[in-house]
Amino acid sequence: MSIVQTHNLTKKFGKFTALDQVNLHVDEGEVYGFIGPNGSGKSTMIRLLLGMIKATKGEATIFGMDAWKDAVDIHKRIAYVPGDVNLWPNLTGGEVIDLFMKLRGAGNKNRREEMIEKFKLDPSKKCRNYSKGNRQKVALVAAFASDADLYILDEPTSGLDPLMERVFQECVLDAKKDGKSILLSSHILSEVEKLCDRVGIISEGKMIETGTLSELRHLTRTNLLVETKLKVIGLQELRGISSIKETGQVLSFQVDAEELDMVIKYVSQFGIVRLESAPPTLEDLFISHYEVKPNVKTVI
Amino acid sequence: MLKQSFKQTGILVRFIVRQDRVRIPIWIISLLLITFSTAISFSGLYENQQERQAIAQTMLNPVMTAMVGPSEGLDNYTNGAMLAHQMLLFTAIAVAIMNILLVAKHTRMEEEDGQVELIQAFPVGRLSNLSATVLVVCGTNVLLAFIIGFGLAALRIESLGLEGSLLYGAALGITGIFFVGITAIFAQLSESSRGTIGFSFAVLILAYLIRAIGDIGNETLSWFSPLGIVLSAEVYVYNYWTPILLVGLLALLLLVIAFFLNSIRDLGAGFLSSKPGKIHASLFLQGPISLALRVQRTGLIAWAIGILVLGASYGSVLGDLESFFKDVDMMDALLTQVDGFSLIEQFIPMLMMVLAMFCTVPALLIVFKLKGEEKKGHTESLLTRAVSRTSVMGSYVIISIVTSVVMLLLAVVGLWSASVAVMDEAIPVRTLLEAALVYLPAMWTMIGVAVLLTGFLPQFTGVTWLYYVYSFIVVYLGALLQLPDWMGKLTPFGHIPQLPVEEMDFMTLSVIVIIAITLIILGFVTYNRRDILG
Repeated sequence: MSIVQTHNLTKKFGKFTALDQVNLHVDEGEVYGFIGPNGSGKSTMIRLLLGMIKATKGEATIFGMDAWKDAVDIHKRIAYVPGDVNLWPNLTGGEVIDLFMKLRGAGNKNRREEMIEKFKLDPSKKCRNYSKGNRQKVALVAAFASDADLYILDEPTSGLDPLMERVFQECVLDAKKDGKSILLSSHILSEVEKLCDRVGIISEGKMIETGTLSELRHLTRTNLLVETKLKVIGLQELRGISSIKETGQVLSFQVDAEELDMVIKYVSQFGIVRLESAPPTLEDLFISHYEVKPNVKTVI
Repeated sequence: MLKQSFKQTGILVRFIVRQDRVRIPIWIISLLLITFSTAISFSGLYENQQERQAIAQTMLNPVMTAMVGPSEGLDNYTNGAMLAHQMLLFTAIAVAIMNILLVAKHTRMEEEDGQVELIQAFPVGRLSNLSATVLVVCGTNVLLAFIIGFGLAALRIESLGLEGSLLYGAALGITGIFFVGITAIFAQLSESSRGTIGFSFAVLILAYLIRAIGDIGNETLSWFSPLGIVLSAEVYVYNYWTPILLVGLLALLLLVIAFFLNSIRDLGAGFLSSKPGKIHASLFLQGPISLALRVQRTGLIAWAIGILVLGASYGSVLGDLESFFKDVDMMDALLTQVDGFSLIEQFIPMLMMVLAMFCTVPALLIVFKLKGEEKKGHTESLLTRAVSRTSVMGSYVIISIVTSVVMLLLAVVGLWSASVAVMDEAIPVRTLLEAALVYLPAMWTMIGVAVLLTGFLPQFTGVTWLYYVYSFIVVYLGALLQLPDWMGKLTPFGHIPQLPVEEMDFMTLSVIVIIAITLIILGFVTYNRRDILG
């Protein structure tokens, strides 16, 4: 069942189109990774889903309800953490967490203490004295201490240290284990790789790729490292090969997925001593989409 | 849908009260102190009706009308009439400022900083934040109105009756609520908190000016200003309640518009959108001085225009004053009585003092900007480059001092050009210039205090404003309230020779300049030695 569903969602700010007919769905119990360069429309998407801005065209539903009209009802079952958390300078972190829990209605006192402990937050400090990371912890504690069905997290770890990042990842996986759904927008691709079941890549307001990580990988190149008995010749003439690097008898290069079979057959003629293959990282994926963009533009 | 829009307003109300648990009481207590202490001091100041009537005579001139409002109660100048005449307008302005700042903080400022977004992600109505803000701030006004009303009545001063006192409180409260409406609307229209506060203050200043012009000449005009309408309640004289009701209705209308605008806009968006800026730094923007200047450009231009208009509006009154003095032969308690000078000339020192006081504000704001930038971490990004602390602070101090001179000159230009147009025998521009520029040392001393505090006690820079307000009250109202002389000597403004009536006193001026320089140097020394806030 889809928890979040958008249909041709479009948002224009004056003449500028921030989101262009985006279709996205997040299923129950799924962690959905939402990635894209700065200014690509990630935050606009999230603010549309939260009913803070109104779609120009198309529709967005959460739990089957309209994201704009039924915002209040939807929010009873949502926890949101923004990337840039600004709190009220003259209140303590503990006060803010309590307010947040009270506003949602449901909440668990024990979970609150547990999360404060986990994230090593000092709740007695005034918010004006918190660093960026600590302000983010306040929002994260309030979010994970709540009993939400959907977590919307907009670059939630941008201020956390690696240790806290790990705590955060545990919390996400725990929530997933409990059957919750998570929409995670992030820049940290290793984090998305670790946590997400499915990924959507957005660029210039358009959803350019979506699917499971392995589906996406299929679309791109595999990294190969080959050591052969004889020197490989004529490799650059083959189709679908790029970034060839040669160090003595060891060759490393990237191969398009559909040419893989043909390339392996060709290379094996030279007597393979060692063969290592690595799946493309999300970074490769991301960059390959990013680089393609100018060509796409000229076609259109 | 409508009921949903206000969901959880109650919790947010309590939350705002919690946040403002110190701020709101400070405002209320200060306003109470000013009102009650003035009421008490008035009753002790004048023994009988004759004495009050004598003061009333001195009030019967266009300058006073422009400053404090119409003079209906002057025929029978009771304690109450005096309080309402001299204090109601200024207190109402203070109340308006309180409301502008409180509303802007909880609406656009929190929206800009992202706190509203955090709250809005909870099951909270789209209009809940605005309605909670309006409830709390309007509640503050109602509370203020009742305490002032019953409090004034409880003082048991002759002629401060219960009805009049309640009306006095209501007049203040309703002015406040009107500006809740104004600020709430600009919080929807403008995309920034600066814009919200700026536009709201512009309305306040406009309301004051329209009323001033209206009260001198054209009474209908005063009805276009909320302050003018409120003053027509004639508190303690005739006690009309209709104007209060009228302003209340206007406020309600404003609030309805604000709620409507809020309901149809996106979070974070405004109706007056900002233009895209330059891609490269201009040739002008090349160092700390020009950066400091560029950051404050808009504010400084607005102040320059404001000061020019202020000067001109005082200047335009001089014509009325001249013909007024020709008809009436009287003495004025506000003025130093010296033979050989026309009454107009005797008015000049007071005018200049007031203008100099106003011109000090933008100069002080520049110094405070340095601390504001520091707190936001902007100064840090300058200091981590090859820029010394002395040059950072120096840029602001230089701009501040230049601003004090430029603003004062603009005030004189405004005053002189308007007075030339309306007067039969114009005052020579040289006289005006001398009378104005002589205040510069006092203004620099205020700058010095601000610089020293920025360097030495950055948490307490606000003390400068207290000192400023003290100076204003003591020097401006000192004669009226018959304050002891030594109180006037505690502010640099009290030492300035009153040209053209008094002799030029270079000795005193040099001492004040030396004090100002010392304060500024101490500020630099301490600024170089302390930790940078961040």
